[in-house]
Amino acid sequence: MLEMLIPAFIVGGLICVIGQLMMDLTKASLTPAHVLVTYVTGGVILGALGLYKPLVELGGAGATIPLSGFGYVLAKGAIEGVEENGFLGVFGGTEAAAVGIGVAVLFGYLVAVVFNPKG
Amino acid sequence: MVNKNLRPPTLNVTPEEYKKMTAQISPRPTLIKNVVLAFLIGGLICSIGQIFINFYIIYGGLPKLAASTAGTATLIVIGATLTGIGIYDDIVKVGGAGAIIPVTGFANSMVSPALEYKKEGYVFGIGAKLFSIAGPVLVYGISSSIFVGLIYYLLDLLR
Amino acid sequence: MVSPKKVGNQTIVFENGPFIISGHTIAGPMEGQGPLAASFDTILKDTYDGEMSWEKTESKMLENAMREVVKKADILLDSVDYILAGDLLNQIISSNFAARQIGVPFIGLYGACSSMALSMAVGSMLIDGGFGSKVICSASSHHETAERQYRLPTEQGNQRAMYAQWTVTGAGSVLLSDSGTGPRVTTATIGRVIDYGETDVNNMGAAMAPAIADTIINHLNDLKRQPDYYDLIVTGDLGSVGLQLLVKLLVKNNVKVADNFNDCGVMIYNTEQDTHAGGSGCGCSALVMAGHILKEIYQGKFKKVLFIGSGSLHSPTSSLQGETIPAIGHAVSIEV
Repeated sequence: MLEMLIPAFIVGGLICVIGQLMMDLTKASLTPAHVLVTYVTGGVILGALGLYKPLVELGGAGATIPLSGFGYVLAKGAIEGVEENGFLGVFGGTEAAAVGIGVAVLFGYLVAVVFNPKG
Repeated sequence: MVNKNLRPPTLNVTPEEYKKMTAQISPRPTLIKNVVLAFLIGGLICSIGQIFINFYIIYGGLPKLAASTAGTATLIVIGATLTGIGIYDDIVKVGGAGAIIPVTGFANSMVSPALEYKKEGYVFGIGAKLFSIAGPVLVYGISSSIFVGLIYYLLDLLR
Repeated sequence: MVSPKKVGNQTIVFENGPFIISGHTIAGPMEGQGPLAASFDTILKDTYDGEMSWEKTESKMLENAMREVVKKADILLDSVDYILAGDLLNQIISSNFAARQIGVPFIGLYGACSSMALSMAVGSMLIDGGFGSKVICSASSHHETAERQYRLPTEQGNQRAMYAQWTVTGAGSVLLSDSGTGPRVTTATIGRVIDYGETDVNNMGAAMAPAIADTIINHLNDLKRQPDYYDLIVTGDLGSVGLQLLVKLLVKNNVKVADNFNDCGVMIYNTEQDTHAGGSGCGCSALVMAGHILKEIYQGKFKKVLFIGSGSLHSPTSSLQGETIPAIGHAVSIEV
């Protein structure tokens, strides 16, 4: 149960530190939305260049849980899609990320229906 | 911007000088503390994800990749729920990017506007606002992955 | 034609300045834990106060502040000529909906966080001009409604900038009357819109300080007064960063700044409340003016007060389009 815990902690922590530096060292108009968009796009690019995979092998959840991991899954899905299905596989990223997107939409909806904002 | 035609007496400070004064006086974020906390909270959330993944492998008998997906999905559910009961924004206040960047933060960015605009109805309130931040993330994430796929496809043709 | 009541660049000296015959304040729970708690008439237990939405809560607070201020003065609502009110929400809905419930002729004002000072200035003009004898001047803001409109949803995690201010939940009213005793509004200086190029919407104090400095300098020059004429010069909601900048600007412009300067945003919270640079929002100066300061004036602690409401006049759209933040300051002097 405890294997990969420490690598996940260190890799995940360091990925988040980069985001904290982005937020604190640039102007305050950089919102969480900007950080999230940067991370998912960064994950796609690093995934495409083959640079994110070693990070996943090293850090496990430390690399897949940050949103850059979502970008990596999208890129990986597109590349594997092309290998399997040719041209239509270009759109395979969404297929690979379908579980994450689906769960987020459904649970996001359910939680928003059930709860009220506390302020 | 500043209207140069203002009648006197205007302040004898130029906007450039004022900008310097502002930068001097406005307090900066406590960088070292923020970075340490981002590392700890970010690391902690990822380790919790790892524990779920290990659990799914050992007790659920899932292959590694499926376990990883299931772990991510579990954290999304946790992040959404913590947002619903009003705790996640307090975690971000402490952990900063350490709580924004993991998928739990992504779930928070979906649920929080949906909750907030619930009173504006199920379509324009919850339905639309669920994507006010998730929308841009999906647009840039999916579009860039399609570009990657296209480039890969073209390179494949050349080979 | 020369206006007989206007002096200098932009100051009005009232011939028969109206009396401030009562004030009423309703504060949110967090403001109720602050240092001025004892001066508020009502403190809400939670941010909803039994309503279905925060917008409804804000409007109800404002409506109650309007009704109670009239009750306190022991007059009938029918004898009030105008309601002047403003708030931060789009199309000033809190004020509109509060006025809907009361049925007195209503003039909606928008001066962002300067709305309280603006309503007092315009209300005094109406009375001094002979257009009415009783005017309710009100303003409100609510932390949650303002945050969602101007910044982020309240449940969305974010680290606030160290120089950011906390929007106050609260509503305040004063009743101006052509007859009575006690403190009177003696002069008003209507501000002009000043923009020194600040673009950071979290740094309101920095955006507003030049506008306030401009209004204060014009007020003093128009009336040939020195700051020590007043027992208290209190700005609306510059917060700690804005107040420091204001003092710097005034010193640079050869205004003698003494320790009679203060700011409602600095006064309303204590440092343990972790609001970073202090309070903001229409409700901030409305609560501090109609509550704490008015009580101190009634008790004879202050005899001459200059109150300068500060407002930043941007919108979420203008900021997203990269516009700088224009700001304004309106001043009224209150003398016993």
